[in-house]
Amino acid sequence: MTKEEIVSDTTKQAPSPADVASRGRPRTGSSATPDPTNGRAEAEVEVTLEVTGAQALVLALEAVGAENIFGIPGGAILPAYDPLLDSTKLRHILVRHEQGAGHAAEGYASATGKVGVCLATSGPGATNLVTPIANAYMDSVPMVAITGQVASAAIGTDAFQEADIRGITMPITKHNYLVTDAGKIAQAIAEAFHVASTGRPGPVLVDISKDALQSKTTFSWPPVFDLPGYRPVTRPHGKQIREAAHLMAAAARPIFYVGGGVVRGHASDALRELVELTQIPVVTTLMARGTVPDSNALNLGMPGMHGTVAAVTGLQKSDLIIALGARFDDRVTGQLSSFAPDAKVIHADIDPAEISKNRTAQVPIVGDVGEVIVDLIAQITADRAAAPADSGEWDFAEWRERVAGWKQSFPLGYTTSDDGTLSPQYVIERIGALSGPEATYVAGVGQHQMWAAQFVRYERPNSWINSGGLGTMGFSVPAAMGAKVAEPERTVWAIDGDGCFQMTNQELATCVINHIPVKVAIINNSSLGMVRQWQTLFYGERYSNTDLQPTTSRVPDFVKLADAYGCVGLRAETVEEVDEVIKKALEINDRPVVIDFIVHRDAMVWPMVPSGVSNDMILAARHEAPVWEREE
Amino acid sequence: MSKHTLSVLVENKPGVLTRVAALFSRRGFNIDSLAVGPTEIPEISRMTVVVEVEGSALEQVTKQLNKLIEVLKVVELDKHASVQRELLLVKVRADAVTRSQVIDTIALFKAKVVDVSTDAMTIEATGDTEKLRALLDVLAPFGVRELVQSGMVAVGRGSRSITDRSLRSA
Repeated sequence: MTKEEIVSDTTKQAPSPADVASRGRPRTGSSATPDPTNGRAEAEVEVTLEVTGAQALVLALEAVGAENIFGIPGGAILPAYDPLLDSTKLRHILVRHEQGAGHAAEGYASATGKVGVCLATSGPGATNLVTPIANAYMDSVPMVAITGQVASAAIGTDAFQEADIRGITMPITKHNYLVTDAGKIAQAIAEAFHVASTGRPGPVLVDISKDALQSKTTFSWPPVFDLPGYRPVTRPHGKQIREAAHLMAAAARPIFYVGGGVVRGHASDALRELVELTQIPVVTTLMARGTVPDSNALNLGMPGMHGTVAAVTGLQKSDLIIALGARFDDRVTGQLSSFAPDAKVIHADIDPAEISKNRTAQVPIVGDVGEVIVDLIAQITADRAAAPADSGEWDFAEWRERVAGWKQSFPLGYTTSDDGTLSPQYVIERIGALSGPEATYVAGVGQHQMWAAQFVRYERPNSWINSGGLGTMGFSVPAAMGAKVAEPERTVWAIDGDGCFQMTNQELATCVINHIPVKVAIINNSSLGMVRQWQTLFYGERYSNTDLQPTTSRVPDFVKLADAYGCVGLRAETVEEVDEVIKKALEINDRPVVIDFIVHRDAMVWPMVPSGVSNDMILAARHEAPVWEREE
Repeated sequence: MSKHTLSVLVENKPGVLTRVAALFSRRGFNIDSLAVGPTEIPEISRMTVVVEVEGSALEQVTKQLNKLIEVLKVVELDKHASVQRELLLVKVRADAVTRSQVIDTIALFKAKVVDVSTDAMTIEATGDTEKLRALLDVLAPFGVRELVQSGMVAVGRGSRSITDRSLRSA
């Protein structure tokens, strides 16, 4: 039977919302109902249709503006896949593992700020989404995960492929639903998109029982929200803004501590204006790389365990930290009790629970970080105009000079190996240099991730995508796939380790078949490099289970693997070959490219603050602590 | 560390109790007592949670609770500005010899006998934690055979209601 026959044969098929919209009547619903479609044309009319729950799901996804869905079908979600076949607005990308679907949805969301969508069946399909959901929760990625559930009568009987995914994901979702009534599907989807993308973004799971997908219902759009307990505060309090500006004026050594909230809040442009206005030095966390360009002299780079000496020291010696969308993560603060001991804290975040969670804030500001920054700019501009010229306020020249000194004295660097083998840092530096700031760089987790954060120069937000909070190995390939789907015109690099790559490389098949030409750079040191580094430093060079293979072997041969998947496989082992293969990869745009960079395994990530000690103990390189001026 | 009584207004939906209870354990807070029941508004349930934490941790608990979508309102009830009650049912050994002694004893606590058999009596008492502990102390010598106690419920003193304006329109 051809597809046409199926379509004409079936009575189940629903018209698209656009068809229905043309015969809909003007919307007369309550004006208090939030618009879940973000003002799309379909929202202008009320739509009512007789459909199945599965059709309602597809119609709702179309109506909220979803365009790409990553997923795998299975028994319980099967009814949803039938009307999906007829949708002209939804592109479903069939992945090879549900974890890939989840990370792809995250990459898609991280590249654009749109809500990423993944779809899986009940039981193992759903549990395979747990890692990406946890990842999205930690990194505040707007994502909606839709899972099939066994029929409602079978729930609780340990039925085939039954897992209580709602219970399982309660602590790692912003919110989740179990829908057993076809009539509630559209509302749950609309609410899920709303919750996922507003306030502090995060993952929302909608688990739908098979019978709800199969039974008849009425689809009406837009649905009325029932979220009486969800009221994210976005407008900052004027008094707090004035107080913040006041502290900034009086500070001698202020520093902006910028986190991933600025990326998620699309506040990068406003932040750049604030930095220009105040001329206060900035540190950009792992999640915030690119929010302030690396080319800006005031940007000291990344703080934290593997941060630059200037960024770590800048925070330590500051007398005022202005935290914007950051959460004082332990990887940034090191030992909390000795973190920035002289600093007062202004902490702006949309999530009130982050404020004073780890470090007490003298000026807490709850609100959307973009609105906070805009208000701060207005307040500071007014304050400065009113301040007498000789007040000495807003003059941070001396501090800037000190900070610039650290930046100059302790630049990021690396040593090359003695035996001519490749330095991983060099490879990553060249990828960044040859691909430029318009490319998107997606990393896995480990040494290569830190080097990619350090040695690629970021000039725009969303150009750097990685797994920060959860530290999920295997993130890179599927997330890069999602980022490429979101922005097909951009060059998208997956900068991956050989350990990470082997966790999720099956998605190369998805990339090849669906024409998603990502570029994968495997920084291949034949080891679980970051763990090995810790063994070198803290476990007396006893390398327990971190060698993935002898350096001389090729198990697997990544070039042959790439070839087997239908990708272009390349390899570089010498400095001369590096630029050559990168350039070659940049020229190929009709299929994925995988480059196996054979690098030496003893390279380590520096600087480093050893775990559990004060950030004052930063080592610029092994056995090399910075010598500070004796003025204090 | 001190005890705090939180009144949590939640949407009356399946799974909410799990969400709230799981949040406490996940964030590393210990629940001393938990009671759930309906309110005068059918869509709203009320949980009374007694938790033993320090001040800054309490703020974190409250903020995390407020982040749950189905939580409508979290109010801390001060011990002195609220009425706090627990319900106790205790089965005490009491034969013909001791029965009247037990009855005399519990009368002091305004507790009552709700079931009698030849060698035991079941006593119902309400009160705050201290009062019930005192009652149990004096009943102990008779021999406690079985004991069951409810979580604490509490309501603020005065005419104000914490459910006012809780059902905001979506």
